Parts: sequence; structure tokens; C-alpha cells
Amino acid sequence: MATIHVDGQSYEVNGADNLLQACLSLGLDIPYFCWHPAMGSVGACRQCAVRQYKDSEDDRGMLVMSCMTPAADGTRIDIEDEEARAFRASVVEWLMINHPHDCPVCEEGGHCHLQDMTVMTGHDRRRYRFRKRTRRNQYLGPFIAHEMNRCITCYRCVRFYNDYAGGTDLGAFGSKDNVYFGRHQEGTLESRFAGNLTEVCPTGVFTDQSHSDHYTRKWDLQFAPGICHQCAVGCNISPGERYGEIRRIENRYHGEVNGFFLCDLGRFGYGYVNRQDRPRVPEFRSGKECEQGGEQKREPAQEPEQLGVDTALARITETLRHARRVIGIGSPRASLESNHQLRELVGEANFSTGINENEQTCLDLMDEQGRSCGLSAPTLRDVEGHDAVLLLGEDPMESAARLGLSIRQAITSPPAEYAARLGIPRWHADAMKTLAQDHRQPLFIAYPAETKLDTLARSRLALAPEDIARLGFAVAHAIDPTAPDVPDLDATLRSRASEIARALLAAERPLVVSGGALNSPAIIRAVGNIARALARRAKRGGLLFVRREVNSTGLALLGGQPLEWALDQLVDGNADAAVILENDLYQRLPEAPVDAALARVEALVVLDHQRTPTLNRATFSLPAASFAEGDGTLVNLEGRAQRFFQVFEPGYLRPEARIHESWRWLHGLSAKLNGEIPGDITLDQVTLACSRACADLALITAAAPDAGFRIEGLRLAREPHRYSGRTSMRADQSVSEPRVPQDPDTALAFSMEGYSGFRHPHQQVPFAWAPGWNSPQAWNKFTDEVGGHLRGGDPGIRILNPRPGHYHYEGDIPAAYQPSGTDYRAMVLPRLFGGEETSALVDPIRRRMETPVLLLSEADATSLGAELGGLVTVTGEQACVTLPARVQADWPRGLVGLPAGSVPMGIADGPVTLTAGPGSTPTPGEEVRP
Amino acid sequence: MNSQRQSPLYRSRLLQPGADRSPDTHPLTWRLRDDGQVVGLKEYESKEGYRAVSQVLNGHDPGAVIAAMKEANVRGRGGAGFSAGLKWSLTLQGDDIPRGYIVCNADEMEPGTFKDRLLMEQQPHLLIEGMILAAFANNARYGYIFLRGEYVESARVLTAALAEAREAGWLGPDIAGSSFDFDIALHTGAGRYICGEETALLNSLEGHRANPRAKPPFPGQSGAWGKPTVVNNVETLCNVPAVMLRGAEWYQGLSGDRTDDGGTKLYGASGLVNRPGLWELPIGTTGRELLELAGGLREGRKLKAWLPGGASTGFLLPEHLDLPLDFDTVGKEGSRLGTGLITVVTEDQSMVALMRNLEEFFARESCGWCTPCRDGLPWTVKLLLALERGEGEAGDVELLDKLAADCGPGLTFCAHAPGAAMPLQTALRHFRREFEQGVRYPRGKAHADPIPAGGV
Repeated sequence: MATIHVDGQSYEVNGADNLLQACLSLGLDIPYFCWHPAMGSVGACRQCAVRQYKDSEDDRGMLVMSCMTPAADGTRIDIEDEEARAFRASVVEWLMINHPHDCPVCEEGGHCHLQDMTVMTGHDRRRYRFRKRTRRNQYLGPFIAHEMNRCITCYRCVRFYNDYAGGTDLGAFGSKDNVYFGRHQEGTLESRFAGNLTEVCPTGVFTDQSHSDHYTRKWDLQFAPGICHQCAVGCNISPGERYGEIRRIENRYHGEVNGFFLCDLGRFGYGYVNRQDRPRVPEFRSGKECEQGGEQKREPAQEPEQLGVDTALARITETLRHARRVIGIGSPRASLESNHQLRELVGEANFSTGINENEQTCLDLMDEQGRSCGLSAPTLRDVEGHDAVLLLGEDPMESAARLGLSIRQAITSPPAEYAARLGIPRWHADAMKTLAQDHRQPLFIAYPAETKLDTLARSRLALAPEDIARLGFAVAHAIDPTAPDVPDLDATLRSRASEIARALLAAERPLVVSGGALNSPAIIRAVGNIARALARRAKRGGLLFVRREVNSTGLALLGGQPLEWALDQLVDGNADAAVILENDLYQRLPEAPVDAALARVEALVVLDHQRTPTLNRATFSLPAASFAEGDGTLVNLEGRAQRFFQVFEPGYLRPEARIHESWRWLHGLSAKLNGEIPGDITLDQVTLACSRACADLALITAAAPDAGFRIEGLRLAREPHRYSGRTSMRADQSVSEPRVPQDPDTALAFSMEGYSGFRHPHQQVPFAWAPGWNSPQAWNKFTDEVGGHLRGGDPGIRILNPRPGHYHYEGDIPAAYQPSGTDYRAMVLPRLFGGEETSALVDPIRRRMETPVLLLSEADATSLGAELGGLVTVTGEQACVTLPARVQADWPRGLVGLPAGSVPMGIADGPVTLTAGPGSTPTPGEEVRP
Repeated sequence: MNSQRQSPLYRSRLLQPGADRSPDTHPLTWRLRDDGQVVGLKEYESKEGYRAVSQVLNGHDPGAVIAAMKEANVRGRGGAGFSAGLKWSLTLQGDDIPRGYIVCNADEMEPGTFKDRLLMEQQPHLLIEGMILAAFANNARYGYIFLRGEYVESARVLTAALAEAREAGWLGPDIAGSSFDFDIALHTGAGRYICGEETALLNSLEGHRANPRAKPPFPGQSGAWGKPTVVNNVETLCNVPAVMLRGAEWYQGLSGDRTDDGGTKLYGASGLVNRPGLWELPIGTTGRELLELAGGLREGRKLKAWLPGGASTGFLLPEHLDLPLDFDTVGKEGSRLGTGLITVVTEDQSMVALMRNLEEFFARESCGWCTPCRDGLPWTVKLLLALERGEGEAGDVELLDKLAADCGPGLTFCAHAPGAAMPLQTALRHFRREFEQGVRYPRGKAHADPIPAGGV
């Protein structure tokens, strides 16, 4: 700690900070542009000038940039110094010289840092009377709109895009007062973190194109604390709604998980909420599967009949009551509450997780290894502090991109002690960058395909899953000789293993990251051995497993039978009814067995918020809430239970809509089935019941404050206090304004009335706003120190922690992979854009998807006679697909890599054969989507 | 000989005949030939060339080299006047510190300055020898000469000289049998003034945008590629061999009692003088002496003002002609010695037009990193242009005052904008009336066409 003196007052601050950080953390306002809490100081904009005095004797002092001056003990500064104020006014005046006066039509207006800073410095008269510079804009793809005339040349965009996120296709061009930030030519920004430019840019140069397509000012949006549902990281988001549509997703600061940044899938993948074809009312389909001549047939499709809520509940209850046995199929993309309520409805013996067997085996193994091997799972902030990383059989840039960004930070930051020796503070961004050129932390990657982290890796090994596992076992053995050795390991892998082991041992905090990308239990066991070996060597290491979906971790804890078991029960006639929760079975298993099982079901009830092929086969379908219309609890990959909150009430603007949380529907069914009157239930009741039903989930009630939470007697306002048009936005339907929707489930109000301040610490912040701070920079008002933790505590609660004392090594080491020579093994590899079910329904994501290709080794491509980019057909037992071939120099022989989301299920279940050219028998999976 | 050098417009010429130059009084130029031909390796070696390298490297005492440089107080000849010995003593060395770089700042682009060019075009081995000595003192592994791109002739001469030196064993492994290894690469810049700023130079050398870096850390702590790096001007490095051979005391004595600074300086004169060119003179020579050597002003013009050392120094008046031109004295008069090549302004020249020309240069050469420089200087240019055309508004001159003051040292990221502000501030102080004459409109009155089509 250090004592600094600001405008005559003394304060205790963190002496490792710079003055700007320190003052902002104290709640003192100094205007700034180029500084960013996550990106440090570069001293470019000169906006944060203050007067610094040498000591208490010095009464003249000199102007310094607070961002470039250490907050050393005894520092004396004046922020309100006359000359400093005048200079800060000059800086804004310069920045505004070429800035257009287009605030009324600018999409940044209302959450613009430049507006805030201009007001803060008091600049309101233009003295510059000459011509303004103008620029051309570029097309930068479906996510980002570009308006270079607004640029104030703070360099934040390129610093984030290139230095922080590792992008290569956004640059600063030109010099003097004509610096252009863009691509060398028009085209889609290649980085998967480009969306952060919209928040990093202090003004409207980079704005959200998806928001632009249905634009609403920040103050007119309704927000709630949300959790991104597009992968297992569980980034905190702030979705904004207007007229019953999600209009944009902005980052919601979380000190441990996502910090200031999201990936583009999370930011732009929300459009499925707004799809016109969403089920909005309960439906009944009389068409029924029947058997004719031993073949599955379906009666001619009928238009589904729409049902009222009571009718639907009554008829479904009636049907279920008559069923011999009802199977419940849950979903890792649904909340714990919904899954729990389904289990309550059908009984534990009849509940399936809805996850296929292989994936569930992997998930259970991850859970077991994670708890028994002695290393805890780091948060994303922790990840950034690790000084060696081993990535074994996982590609976080595709499967959990935000994690990939954190790993990048861990690798690119130079060793702290070396920087300290040179007297370079952590926040001195450019000096750290210069130093980091030759001082990267070691990163090792074992993964068959190329990854976006390869350029940072000390070495990358393209191996088949068995060999990745063997490498992992060998690393464990090299770290701790009592770990089992790998028989017949070839010399190259052995030397690589010992190189990796040396680097992990040399590190203070080694991190091992793996996951289910390759569906290989052996890899997960091998990773467990490495973690145990490191724990035995008393390393402050970390172990992180990437799960596929938003609630995979939570559902594995809740438990249940795998999906195959459920289908078997149906096919074997052990059950004749099924209730499927937010799950499209066709996304999990091949079409034929799903068809066969569903054909045997007498009554199929499907709850979902999307019109999936599974829902289209339902006898009864119930419209479920998406993350935007419902509340629930999820567990992310580090084992953090987090609550997401309803953003808007779907019935307010669409009175005909009957969308409810699945747990609410399922409770209604349970109650009716038990002969009770289905009174309403609240989220807190379900969460509590769920926490009691499962010991591992006992803590989830603490994931967020309950519905009784109040600040100064007030609920939390979902709407900013300037929210306009509430009385008129339904006027096209009825001129009388209905009562605002009530929220029995949470402490938030569908209103601008309520608490929306920052002074009272609170954990669940729907949107960040503070007087004078309208942009995302307002988060600094909610944190204990800038870039630190929310003063009310970072949201969520860790429910998974390692149990001490289980150090027995796994010994089931697979044999090395041998290509068969005739057959191939298909591997479906995760893909950020298009690889995830719900976001793949979204237009901008579909436009951002890369053309699907299949990956082959050069030798295999040659022996097949496949031309570069020519079509190759992959034929498996249950499915086949034709895709253009791409040769990757080090791709393992005998494997073929396929992109998730563009290939039929089941293609990777057994050996496949490859033929050059298009397939002869077209199948549904053959369709090549753009 | 290059035809360019025979041109009467070629000013990078030494105007002192060989007979006037001796090893004891002209450490920088005594070897130069009257015919202006390059002093090749043979000739250089025959004139004490590389003797300092042989002696010093085999003395195996880098600390002594730094001590001698400190004692001689060789102040940086690039214009800032920082003691080279002190800079070297602050450069990190040690077993756990990687060997770094010696970088010669040969990006000579200061308007009115052409002294390094002379040394590089005619006596490249002196620079190479100086760099070897600097490398030895600073435990540098590799040297770079960052050369102004337009200095094509220098590049040609240096390339040949580097090859000669390497061939002769003065560069490479085990130099002069001392087991010290060092080599030099020539890097030609793309013609940006800002690359003369040492940290912008390093960024450019690394292949990045030529934006300066924030100091600290200084290059001696974390320079090129994050390694300890010494950046010295050509003339500074060329002083090293003589200091090593003849000692610090001799060096200090070169300037007699003219000034506290030691050694000689390559002075020069340009502008409307009769004989523009260069002279190696004891540091502390006065402006009047230089003007006399340059044959006075052309066609009997009268001196109005002069810049002591390039466009980024403040204007001095005729009354300052008798001041010794050293680093400290000039600094006291609101200017800087800069490069020591004076530029004269005659009575018939317009200060407003001159300032507009200079500010256009500085605005154009801004790297665009910090706001005052990037956006303040172009505004200055537009105001000056308006005043030059007689279209100024009341308040423009005061606005120029404010703009110049806001570009002061410490307010901007590097010394570029303060360098642009200094001549403007001194011009406004000494010749304010000329600027005020350009004011024609009352303050803030709207133009008939608020944005003159095609106008400024």
C-alpha cells in the first residue's frame, strides 16, 4: 500500500498501480482515452494530465500524465489544478477537431466514452474553423460496422485486436493527423474477438452491426444480468431488449470469469431468441408414428393445433397419467432448475441427462479427475496468472474461445520478476510488449488440427487421441517416476514428454487444460495423471477441463442416464411416453436410432424455445423460455454456479405468447399429475429443491441473491432511468397501458423504477451506469479497484473443489494409434462459428462461418487421389458426408477431421471409408452448408 | 567521385583545407582528403585507424572505456547533449543480462543539418571504429547503423566500408585477437524525421510503426527487442577513438577556455550565406565566427534571426551572435544548441511564411501517436497559413501562443512537438508584429462560405 495526496486529501492506494488507476479506483474522476484497465497505459492521448509536486515543499510542480506515473508512496498531485484542467480541455478540443457532430445519428451515442469525457472536461465551444478530415469506411464483416470519421486515434482498437487478442488483420495505417484504423483491404475481421472493438473503441468507429440492424439507444433498452449460453465458460453478459427482441449483447464485467471481454459467438450469437418461427404457444400434433409393414411411417403432417395453457396442461397430464412409464430426457443447455424439475416429474429412475454415452463418460471422468487429483480449476483470471500451459487434446479457441483469450494472456506476459528488475511496472503496456518478444511463457499443444494458439506455442504435436493420451501419461511419468510409464513409447514422443515435463516443473504455476473435444476418456485420464504428478511435486498448478455446453458441468453433477439408455427404454417398449427438455436429440445421436425410438413413443412432450426437428415430432410441445425470457442456474467449466435472469416478459408485447421457463411448465405438470392445483412456483423454491436433491449442488442457492433482495428497499431496475416510451410502445395494440409485468422470481423489476446506482455494492448488475459514465467504462464504478472485482462480490459461487488425498494414478494406457490402411477414423472437431446448435440458427453467425472442409494428411490425400479443395466423401455405418478436402501438413495419417455442425451425427462412431468425389447416395447430411 | 558532391548546391562539405587540420586539433576530420574522396580502409589504418580498437579491446577493461568517456564528458552530438559516458554507465550489464545492441543514429533529418553525412560519406571507418569501442564498453553483441533512407551515397560508402572492415577482421569474431566479437548491419530508414528519436528508431528497427516509446525504461534497460541498447549519434561515436587514444584531458582541452564543454564540434551554416558548409571547430565557437567563415550574408543582406542548430531550436537574434555555441549557454537564451549547424534568416524573409514552412514539416513528420502533436500541429499550420494569406482572425496569434505552450516538454509523448513549439514560441516572442499583421477579420465572424471549397 502507498499513501498518495490528491487535491490536499490523503488516500491509501495500491502502490503498484499508476496514478490514473489509483484515482479511478478511489472513485475520483480523471478523463482518459487510451488507457484501458485490461490493456494498461501507453500515454498516447495525453488526456489524463494532472499536476504532480515533488514533495510538500514544492508549490510549482509540473503536469504529468497520470496513467504513466507510478502511484508511489508520498506522491502529491492535484487533479483540479487550473493549468491541468486547461490542458485537459485542450486535449479534448484537439480530439474533437475532426470528430463529426453526428451524435444524434451515431450508434455510440448514449454509451459513448468520448461524449462522457467531453462533458467531463467541459469542452463545449469549437474554435477550430477549418475543414475537417474525412475518411472512407470499410466493410468489416457481419459483426462490426466501421465509421472512421469518428476516430480520435486513441490506438485502443489495434492494441486490443493485435496485442491483446493476437489478431493480424487490423492495423494502423498512415501517420500524422491521418492515421487510419482498418484492414489492408475490405473484408471480414478474422479475429474471433473482434466484437470487443465495439466496447474498446471509446467512440463510434467500431459498432455492433447486429445491433445496428435493429438499433435502440442504451437508455431505451431493458437489461438483466445474463449468462452466455453458447459454451461452458459462462461469460457474464448484459443482454438488452426492446419490443420483445434482444437487440444486443454487451459484456457484463466479472472479475474472475470474463473480465471486460467476450468472444464473438457470445456477443453476436443471440439471434435465435428473436427468430420468428419460435414456438410461442403450446401445440398439439395428432400425426403419430405408426408401423406399416415393419417400417417406420409417419402419417401426413398436420398443422399443429394451438392450445391454451390450461388445456395443454390438462391434456398432457391426462396423456402422461395413462402412460405406462414416462422417460424424461434432460439437456445440458437447460438450467439446473429445469432439469431438476423434469427429474421430479418422471422420477430419478426414469431420468436421462440427454447427453450421449461417450460424452457423458468423459464428463463424469472430468468431474472425477477434477476433484480427485489435487489441483483446483482456475478461474479465467487465474489462468492469466499461470506461467506454463499444456493443452492436451482440446482447442479452446474453438470450444471455449474466451478461455483461449485468457491462455493467450498467460503466454504473452513476460516474467514478472524480470520486468520488475528492469523497473518496468505491469501497467506499462508497450514496455511489457517489447520485453515479451523474447520472454514468452511456455505453451505446449497436443491436438491433431491447427489451432489459433499455435503461433504462441513452443511446440505443437499433431497426434491421434491415443497418442495424445500416451504423451500425457508419459509427461506424468516424467514429472513423477511413480506414475506409470508408457510402454513402447517412440523416442520422439518420449523426448517431447520430458521437455514438457521440464517446462511444467520449472514453472511456478503450471496449468493443464484438456476437455472433451476429441471425446477421448484416455486423454482425460492421462491429464489426471499429470495433475496428480504436479500436485505431488507441490506445484501451485491448475487443471481445467473444457466441457461442450453451457450446463454440461452442472448436469453431470445432477446425474442421470445417458441418452442411449433413454432411447433403449423407448425402443424396447419399457416406456411409452417421453418428456424432452430443451434438447434436439438429432444433434446428439444419428438420425436412425432417434427416429426408431421416437416412433415407439405414444406420447412425446417436448419443451423448447426453438423449433427443432425433435420438437416437430412432439405430440405436445410447450414453448420454453430462452435465456432472455427465463431465470435459472448453470454451472460453468470451473465449477462456478451462476444465475441468469429474465430480461423481458414475452407476454408484454406479444399478449398471445405463452412462453415460460421449462421448470415452470414442468412444475405445472407435476402438480397436476399429483392431483394438486398447479399453483405458481418461484425460482427460489425450485432452486432450493434442486440444491436439496443433489448434494453436489447444495450451494447453488447462494449463486445469486434471492427474490427478496432489496437495496434501500428497492428492487433492481432492469431499465435505465432515462428509459422512454413505456406508455406508448404497446399503443398499436391497445391504448391503455397494462400494468408492468411483475417478477415473482427475482429481485429485479421490469421497470426503470428501482435501484440502478453504483454506490451500494451489489453483485447482479443488469447494466453499468453511473452519473457521467454512460459507456461500458462505467464498470470501473462498480469494482473494488479498476479491473478488480465487483464491490458486491463477483457473481456466482464455486461449488466444485478438489478433495485432498486421492493420488492413485490411472494405469489404463492405450496402445499407440495405428492407421488401418483401409478404414479411417473420423473426428468431429469443435468449431466456434456454426459448431453450436442454437447460435448456428443465427444469421450473422451463419455468415461468419468458415466453409466447412475435411482435414486429411498429405499422404492420405495422395493415396485417395483427392485434389486440393476437391470433394471427398466420408461414408460411415450410419451417415455419410461430402466436403472439400484440405490437407494439413502434419495431420495424423488415418484420421479425417470434420467440422462440428456441418456433418451428420454418428459419423465419428465407427470406422469410415473415404472416396474422392461426391457421394453416390445423397443423404441429408451431405448438404454442404455455407 | 559522386557527381552530386561536385554540385555547388552540395553543402555537406568541409571548408577547411587539410593543412589546417591536425590529429591533435581536429579529431573528427584530420584524415579527410581535400578532394573529398572516401578515406578507405588502407588510408584509415595508416592514419592511426583502428589503433584505439586494438589497444582498448586487448586491455579487456570495458569499465575503463566508460570511465574515460565520462571523464571526457563527450556530450551527445545529436542535439540533446546528454553525456555519452553517463549513458553508457547506465546501460545494464551483467551475467544474467543478455548482450544487447549498439545502434548508431544516422537518421540525420533535422532541417539545416548535414554533418553526419560528411563523416559517413568520407570517413566511414571512423564511425565503425567508434561503434566497436562502444560495443566493447557496453558488452553489445551487434550493431546497427540506422541510416536516413535518402542518404544513398552514405549507404553505398558504409556498405563497402563494413565489408572492408569485416574482411580485415575488424568486425566479426575475435576482433584484433581480443576474443571480443561484434558485427554491424546497415539499416536504411524509409525517410521519417521521427526515426531520429531514439526509441522511435528502435521501434522502426524492429519493424514496427515509428512511434516513440515511453521512458523509462530507457534503451539501456530495455531497448531493441527488449535488450540493453545504446543509441548514439554518428558524430558522438566518431569522437570515441580519439578520446581513447589521446585521453579525456586532451579532449577537454580542445575547447580551451571558451566553454566548459570539451572537444570539437562539426559546425555549419546554411541559408543565404555566401559559403554554406561545415567546419570542425572547438566547441564554444560563436555564431559570429561561423558567419565570418561562411563569408557573411549574400548580397549584403541584414541578419534578422538565426537558428543555432536546426529547425527544432529556438530563434536567436543578431545580439546573440557573440555567445559561445555550447550546450548550456544557448539553453539559457531560450533556445538549444541542437546540431550546431546554424540557419540564417535575413531581413527580407517573412517569419510567418518561414514558421508556416517549418510547422508544415513538423506536422507532416508527426508519428500520430499523441494528441497535442498529431492534432495540435496541423491546427497551427492552418492558423499560420491563414495569417500568411492575411486571412487571420483576431485571437489567432493568442491561439498560436496557447497551442505552442500546450506542446511543451512533458505534455507531449516525445520531444517532437516541443521541438516544433520552440521556434514558434521564439518567433512569436521576437517577431509578434509580423504575425499580427496577418489578422484581418474580427474574432469568430463566420466566413461567407464556412468551409471554403478546397481551402485549408
